[in-house]
Amino acid sequence: MELTGAQVLLESLRREGVEVVFGYPGGATIDIYHELPKYPFRHVLTRHEQGAVHAADGYARASGKVGVCLVTSGPGATNTVTGIATAYMDSIPLVVFTGQVPTSLIGNDAFQEADIVGITRPCVKHNYLVKDIKDLAETIKQAFYLASTGRPGPVLVDLPKDVLQATVEYAYPGEIHMRSYNPHYEPNSRQIQRVVDLMRFSRKPLLFVGGGVIGSNASEDILWMAKKLNIPVIGSLMGLGAFPGNEPLWFGMVGMHGTYAANMAVNNADLLLAVGVRFDDRVTGKLSSFAEKGKIVHIDIDPTSIRKNVSVDVPMVCDCRRALKALRNELGKDTSINWEEKHEEWVTKIRTWEKSQPMTYDTNGSSFIKPQMVIETIYELTKGRAIIATEVGQNQMWAAQFYKYHKPRTLLTSGGLGTMGYGFPAAIGAQLAFPGSLVIDVAGDGSIQMNIQELATAVSYELPVKIVILNNGHLGMVRQWQELFYNRNYCSTCLHKNPDFVALAKAYGAQGYRIEKRDDVAPVLKEAFATKEPTIVDVLVEPEENVYPMVPAGASLTDMLLV
Amino acid sequence: MRHVLSILVENEPGVLSRVAGLFSGRGFNIESLNVAPTLDAGVSRMTICTKGDEQIIEQIIKQLRKLVTVIKVVDLTHQQAVEREMVLIKVSAEDSRRAEILRIADIFRCKVVDVAANELTLEITGDQGKIRAIINLLQRFGIKEIARTGTGALRRSMQLEE
Repeated sequence: MELTGAQVLLESLRREGVEVVFGYPGGATIDIYHELPKYPFRHVLTRHEQGAVHAADGYARASGKVGVCLVTSGPGATNTVTGIATAYMDSIPLVVFTGQVPTSLIGNDAFQEADIVGITRPCVKHNYLVKDIKDLAETIKQAFYLASTGRPGPVLVDLPKDVLQATVEYAYPGEIHMRSYNPHYEPNSRQIQRVVDLMRFSRKPLLFVGGGVIGSNASEDILWMAKKLNIPVIGSLMGLGAFPGNEPLWFGMVGMHGTYAANMAVNNADLLLAVGVRFDDRVTGKLSSFAEKGKIVHIDIDPTSIRKNVSVDVPMVCDCRRALKALRNELGKDTSINWEEKHEEWVTKIRTWEKSQPMTYDTNGSSFIKPQMVIETIYELTKGRAIIATEVGQNQMWAAQFYKYHKPRTLLTSGGLGTMGYGFPAAIGAQLAFPGSLVIDVAGDGSIQMNIQELATAVSYELPVKIVILNNGHLGMVRQWQELFYNRNYCSTCLHKNPDFVALAKAYGAQGYRIEKRDDVAPVLKEAFATKEPTIVDVLVEPEENVYPMVPAGASLTDMLLV
Repeated sequence: MRHVLSILVENEPGVLSRVAGLFSGRGFNIESLNVAPTLDAGVSRMTICTKGDEQIIEQIIKQLRKLVTVIKVVDLTHQQAVEREMVLIKVSAEDSRRAEILRIADIFRCKVVDVAANELTLEITGDQGKIRAIINLLQRFGIKEIARTGTGALRRSMQLEE
């Protein structure tokens, strides 16, 4: 079967089982768009290429499938960089196709030319420039394979226009073998034994779960282990949802804005079982005092994560799920220990910390709506069943602190790169993956304006995404730092002339609500969540509310500023 | 501590930039980098000399292995290895000093590869110590230009106990 490059691409996407492609056309990719209507998947036209990548990323996080994005050359390609870097930092499987000028013009500063392979090299798992149509099908197969195996990540394929127009006899490779790429999945049995021994002797073990638990679908095994062995569990921001937030053994997020109980637990545990985490600096605080009283077991598929920041007693490079299954096998056999009893004192200790400093906020003396209360209300209304996307900043931290994630893949947030403007397009992606689910973007008035043009996308495709803006008129998190550490010099963090978000929503053909009174929060949110249209709810909240607890940058986790 | 890494990579465009970019992007230091194809035209060998404590070197090796185009990374530092660098040195050689320069060249088994009225270009190969020594010795005559390949290295076939 003789196909053009454009047809090879689309046929290969079909064989990869791709259902949705997020994209934005241009001169370099027009041949693909010419063929697109003949293929069975949905193309979602966003209003900005950054929106397309974040939407593909949100789709991937929510569904566990590979997100696919298709943009044109030059500016189309460079607009994807932020989204690619976001996915790279959070290990999200994406394949990004960029158009490129014809091979004869590459390097000539041609119209809409950018060296996107060079530009994205530091923020992709791998990237390709396809120079010969004979390599196209194989390259696409490799791209999907690389994106979704090992430690997942974004892969970029750059497609020159003449390659898309050339023809070739089509054959899609069945299996891929790459001599230089062999992710290691199986746990080492000696190391499993070492962990089992450590578990037997520890009195104060702590499970620390991260995004890797969600990525490897290991949540059930974590739940089994925690319950069977009566081990308390804490999570990183990326790990929220990996363990049910409504389980009694869950003690919340650890780190800079983590719970008092989680932070105290880390620095008092005698064994930290870290699964699918990378010990980000926002998690560890001062490295020298992080988990200083305990041994650390670190399970991660990526060897570079291990001992990058924290020295580890038992390193295990393997798939999180397989490691947990192996531990489950070993520990399940052992009936000599009454685990319940062995760890009861420790669990009670953490509960005492939790009771003494619960996740709370000051409700006295302010007539303003508290942003934390808005998140709590969202949780009460949805009972933890919604998919929550967040922007970045205070809104993100409150969404992490005051909403309980019952299931994996229900929190979509830019944990590593901290990308403002991520949440809304990601919510669009998630809504496409789960048309029947309630998808809410928790936003700030600053962040939402970074990709607000995607309202047009949500309206065009009738995606009932809800945007709840915690509108404090500030770039809140930076303002908080200025208040606490920079003598209240609120330079450039006050957003004086925000648009009328309700009118803006209506201008785009979406719904808009504004909430100014505390008593309106629950009823208006309830009404908004019931609509079938994309909706903005602009909630005017306390302008100078801060996120607490807070560990100042560089301080030890136990040095928390509390409410 | 100085480490010599021997790296096999896919011989394809951009691979050098991936490796070099990894070093610069992560704040690792490259002392020298040498790259050329092996017998298999599809595979190149890079020899990279770098410095760092054990934790940094461990990260460098792991990060290199993580690159999709990298096939194999070996740290030759704790093994017995043959290390050589080739250097071309253009040195001032007035008539009065020429004989002395040639005597040094002879002792170091250099080759004279170019001669002019007042200059000599020498080719020398050797390990780091030898190269350092001859550069030191020639400096007083005035080195006009120098071109170094950076270290190339191979593991010794027999790893004898020391």
